[in-house]
Formats: sequence, structure tokens, C-alpha cells
Amino acid sequence: MNTLEIKNLNVSIDGQAILKDFSLTIPKGEVHALMGPNGTGKSTLAKVMAGHEDYTVESGEILLDGESILGKEADEISHAGLFLAFQYPMEIPGVSIANFIRAARQARLPEGEDINAVEYYKELYAQMDSLKMDRKFTARSLNEGFSGGEKKRCEILQMAMLSPKYCVMDETDSGLDIDALRIVSEGVNHMRSDERGFLVITHYQRLLDYIVPDVVHVMFDGRIVHSGDKELAKELESKGYDWVKDEFVSASA
Amino acid sequence: MSELTEQDEAIQVDTEKGNFKYPENYEFDAGIGLNEETVRYISKVKEEDPWILDFRLKALEIFNKKPMPTQWADKDLENIHFDEIRYYLSKGQVPARSWDDVPDDVKETFERLGIPEQERKFLAGVEAQFDSEASYSRMKEDLEKEGVIFVGSTEGLAKYPEIFKPYFGKVIPTADNKFSALNSATFSGGSFIYVPKGVKLKQPLQAYFRINAENFGQFERTLIIADEGAEITYMEGCTAPKFETATLHSAVVELVALKGAKIQYITVQNWSSNVFNLVTKRGMADEGAEVKWIDCNIGSRLTMKYPGVVLKGKGARGEVLSIALANDGQHQDTGAKMMHLADNTTSNIISKSISIGKGRSTYRGQVHMPKHLRNCKNNTECDALLINTNSRTDTYPAITTRGQNNTVQHEASVSKVSAEQIFYMMQRGLSEGEAMSLAVNGFVNDLMKAFPMEYSVELKRLIDMEMEGSVG
Repeated sequence: MNTLEIKNLNVSIDGQAILKDFSLTIPKGEVHALMGPNGTGKSTLAKVMAGHEDYTVESGEILLDGESILGKEADEISHAGLFLAFQYPMEIPGVSIANFIRAARQARLPEGEDINAVEYYKELYAQMDSLKMDRKFTARSLNEGFSGGEKKRCEILQMAMLSPKYCVMDETDSGLDIDALRIVSEGVNHMRSDERGFLVITHYQRLLDYIVPDVVHVMFDGRIVHSGDKELAKELESKGYDWVKDEFVSASA
Repeated sequence: MSELTEQDEAIQVDTEKGNFKYPENYEFDAGIGLNEETVRYISKVKEEDPWILDFRLKALEIFNKKPMPTQWADKDLENIHFDEIRYYLSKGQVPARSWDDVPDDVKETFERLGIPEQERKFLAGVEAQFDSEASYSRMKEDLEKEGVIFVGSTEGLAKYPEIFKPYFGKVIPTADNKFSALNSATFSGGSFIYVPKGVKLKQPLQAYFRINAENFGQFERTLIIADEGAEITYMEGCTAPKFETATLHSAVVELVALKGAKIQYITVQNWSSNVFNLVTKRGMADEGAEVKWIDCNIGSRLTMKYPGVVLKGKGARGEVLSIALANDGQHQDTGAKMMHLADNTTSNIISKSISIGKGRSTYRGQVHMPKHLRNCKNNTECDALLINTNSRTDTYPAITTRGQNNTVQHEASVSKVSAEQIFYMMQRGLSEGEAMSLAVNGFVNDLMKAFPMEYSVELKRLIDMEMEGSVG
């Protein structure tokens, strides 16, 4: 039961099939990397898992610790323990980071119960320190005018503060320079535990030098065509996605 | 943080909280409809001097002559049936000085709205108006000793004509518009305040306006005079039960800031969605004086309100900071007027409107700087936030500027809360209502920082209530 399980998921948008019988199981304690060329359905998968309403789920199941989350509202899925680190985090003008995360934490408490502000700030500052974020950041409007690196660090900060059971990270490495990549990866590695599973979606192998995955999946045309250990990512990097196409897609066709 | 929570509890006024009423039993009732007899009745009940009756009758004539401004304003005005409204209802002429002496049903009304509690916590004085007259009025004793006057309009004109008469109807002439004429004919209640030279009030005075009766028109009249170097903050709040029929609220508020004085006037308008709220507000600022309007419009069916400042003396400053929230079925038609009449005068207008669903917001601004003036400055910013595609927002700025070295700056923006922003926030665990509420609070955040803490907390609560209610 301690798994995030996607079973035979078929998803379309505007009548066009994007995910085709997609299946994947992530046990707690493991980091799975999902790689694949652009337009293959990686980001669609992430959004569908988080409950985005733009997509039509034709069939299939998503079970979080055995409980179905498909068809639930995004906030319910969040409360169930799934966190999505966005590829393009949204800007929310006028809402400070501190107030936003606080509201998200508050939303998890039973009605009538309030967050202990002192403890909250203590924890927030500690997490910011480890992500090497200036404490002045708490007062800044969420993602507004942030650099790419700042946005991604802010995603990891939120992830750490909400301690989800499963983390889905969509192209977290895009827009990061090498220093930011290292800091973000350290933040993620710090969160790795037997109590938590990760799905790291990335186009490039580079991120996986820092966040070393237990399993690597290669996605092509809406489904996983090949899985392996961390060496697969390196092989992919050197041989390119055409190799995947020739080796696995053509062969199975 | 705990301090904030405390104040949060102190001001519990939300949209549903005002939705209750007590049975109607009135000692004084001017009947239904408006004619000369109605006006004479009001004046007689108040035992007014003849000049006031003359003032009222002349105003009635002007009101009858003036057409509805529907050539530019909302056609919904045509749905006000002046002959079906009751113009004066009261339980007595003298406001109590102690809550114990207020009739039980009225006292309970204000207790449910939290007024006595707020009075204890942070106010220098309170006046609580129930339909046409104040049921309670009290100011801290030390202010009385300093010569501060805080009374209703009837008492003000009767007891202190030498102070109030020279300014009464001068900042806003009767004929300013149809509704200022209506108010001038039928006015009752409101606050008349005089702050003597150099006296600076540290705590605000507050008035609370409550409509209890159906088919009723409330026409309070407020005149605040801050003598040279004096300072005052005045806050007003208002609610009414949700009636099926339309209710009318039409106030006139005149502010006079003499040399070097400062007046800050704060409104949180939370009328129920059947109230036509047609209010004329204007301040006059003498040399070096400052008049600041903080105007928040959350409730009502149609609000038309354009607080203004006449910058009469050199170096005078005027400011209008406003927030309007228009939900389904509401039209918030608000704005500001700045009349520069002296050199080195400055004015600042910041208006933020939020339109939700079929709600409609309109901004109308007027900035006037005549040719002969020098070194005048105006800054106008209007920002509109649209939540879902049915919302409508219009901006009608009118800026006339001539003369030397006068500068005018105007910025306007329209933004939307996108579905992707809502999804992002919901992914973090916020409900749709909470997410929208946070986005709206973010939109008004920088402006709210200019408000006194008590009011920004209340405003935030009202916005939360509105946004929760707007999610289907």
C-alpha cells in the first residue's frame, strides 16, 4: 500500500490521446526518474496526477497508498500527500511567500485550529537557510519577478514545508545554473527518506548526477518504453533519444 | 501575531452577520412617499429652526426638478421608486449616552454587530444610528474637556449653529446632484464633529449606520470641521438585512480641514445586496491641510460614490484610496474628484476594483487643474482585477490640466486571476475559494498597508467571505 501507483492511464486533450496505457509504480523510499523527448506526455502526466481539469481521463487509475485520487479536486490531492513542483511556477502578485506557505499549512489543519506562528517561522527560516535563500525573501510576492533559479528554489522550499508523501518534480532543472542545481538537489536529497517517494521528470541526465535515482524510465509517445537503473540515464545521454526510438519503440511495434 | 488575532476577533462584521432584523415599532414615522408634508413632518419632529425647514423645502424643489443622471449612470437607478419609500422612522429623538439606556432590540442589534466591544477596545467615541436617528452617542470625557464636539446633525445645528452653520451645505451645495438635493431635503442623523485648534485625536471616532426597516431610505448628514492644526480620523461602517425590496441610502458628507489640519475618513461599506447606495462625499482642504478618503465598497446593489477634495489653500493635499468589490448582481460605480484651486497642491488617487462573476466595477475620476496654477501634482492609479470572464470593468478618467509646471500621472491596469494561478494554489492545498481570496487580498495588499490595522483586518475578512460565497 505504500506506493504511488498509476495503472493503465489513458488521457487525452481535445480528442488527442496523450497518455496511452501508462503504468508506473513508485514505492516510498525510492526516487524514480522519468525521461523522454519533448511532447511525449511527461508534463501531462504530472498535471493529471495533481488534478488539473483541462485533461480528459479516458480510463485507468491513480492510487496514492491504495486510495484513488483520480477525479479529485487539486486541493484534495494535495491534502492526500502529493506535491507537484511546477515546471513554470505561477506568479501570485501581492501574496508573500511566508503568507502563502502559511495559508497552505493552515488549510491542512482541522477547523478552529491555528498555526503556531513562532514555530512556523522557525521552521521556515531553517528550511530557507538550507536552501541558501535570503530570509528577506519571505516578504517577497510569490514568484513575482523571480529568476528561474529563485522560482525553483521556492518550489523546493514549499515542498519541504508541506512534507508530502510523494513528490512529483516537473523539469525542476530547467532554467537552473550549476550552483542553483546543486542547491536544489541538496534540498531534495535532504528530503529523501523511507517515508517518501519521488518522481523526477527531466529531459536531461544532468540533474540525475545530483539526485541519483533508484530507477530510470524512458517515456516515448505516451508510455514507458524502457526502464533501468541509473546507468540508463547515462546511456541515454550519450546515445540520444533516437536510440530509444530505434531500440525499443520500433522493436515493440 | 497574537495581537492581530485579538483585533481580528474584535471586529466581526461579515456579509451574513448583518442579515437579521428586529420587528418594526417606531414612535415617529413620516409615512410612505416624499412631498412637502414629509419634509415638514421631519423638520417638525426635530423642532428645527425655520431656516433649516426653508433649506429642506428648497432642496426638495431642486430634487424634483433634477432628472435622474441615467444619461451617464446605471439605468438601474430607474428602479428606485421614490413614492414607495419611507423617509423618516425613529424610536426617539435623543440618543442614549449609555448602552443600558438603548432600547433592547436596538442594543442587541449593535451588540451582534460588535459595536460596543469595538468602542471599548479602540475608539474615542461612537455614534450608532438605527434607521433615521442615532440610538447611542458617546465620546470619551477627556475629548469633551478639550472642546471636541461629536453630536448628530439635529443637535449640531440646534446647539452649535455658530460653528456648523457657516460650513453646512457649503462644501457640497444642495444642487450638486439629484441625491445631494434629496439628502438636503430629508437628512436625519449622521455626525457633526468639531475638533478645536491644535487638538489631535489619537483614537478614531466611529459611526455605524444600520438600516432595520424595509422600503426605507436612510439620509444621514455628516459635517466634520477640523480647526487649524487639528487632526481626526473618522470611520464609518454600515449594514442592513437582506430585503426583497430595494432600500435607499443617500448620505452627504462634508469635510472641512482648516489651515494645517488633517482629516482621515474611512468607510467600509457592507450594505446588503438590495441597497442603492448613492452618496456624495467631499472635503475642503485649506492651506497646508490634508484630506484623505479611504473608501471600501463591498456591499450594495448599486453604489455611486466619488469622494472628492477641493484643494483650496496653498500646499493642500488630497488623497483617495479606494477598494471596490463587485460580486454577481452588483455594480460598484466609484471614483474620485480632485479640484486643484491653489498653487503647490498635490493629490493622489489609488483605486483598486475587483469584479467577480457578473459583477461590474466602474472607475470615474476627475482631476481639475486650472491654467493659472503652478506646481500642482496629481497621481492617479487604477487597477482592475477580473475574476472569470463575465466580469466587466470600465474606466472613465477625466483629467484637465493647464498652467505651468503642473504634472499629472495616470496609470491603469487590468489583470485577471487565471485558472492556472488557481490550480497552482490549489495544488498547495488551498480550496478554490481560499485561492481566489488570497489572490484578491494580494491584489489589494499594498493599498491595505495604508489602512489602520483594525480596518484592514475587517476588510480582509469581508473579502474572504465574499470569495468563499462566490465559488459555486
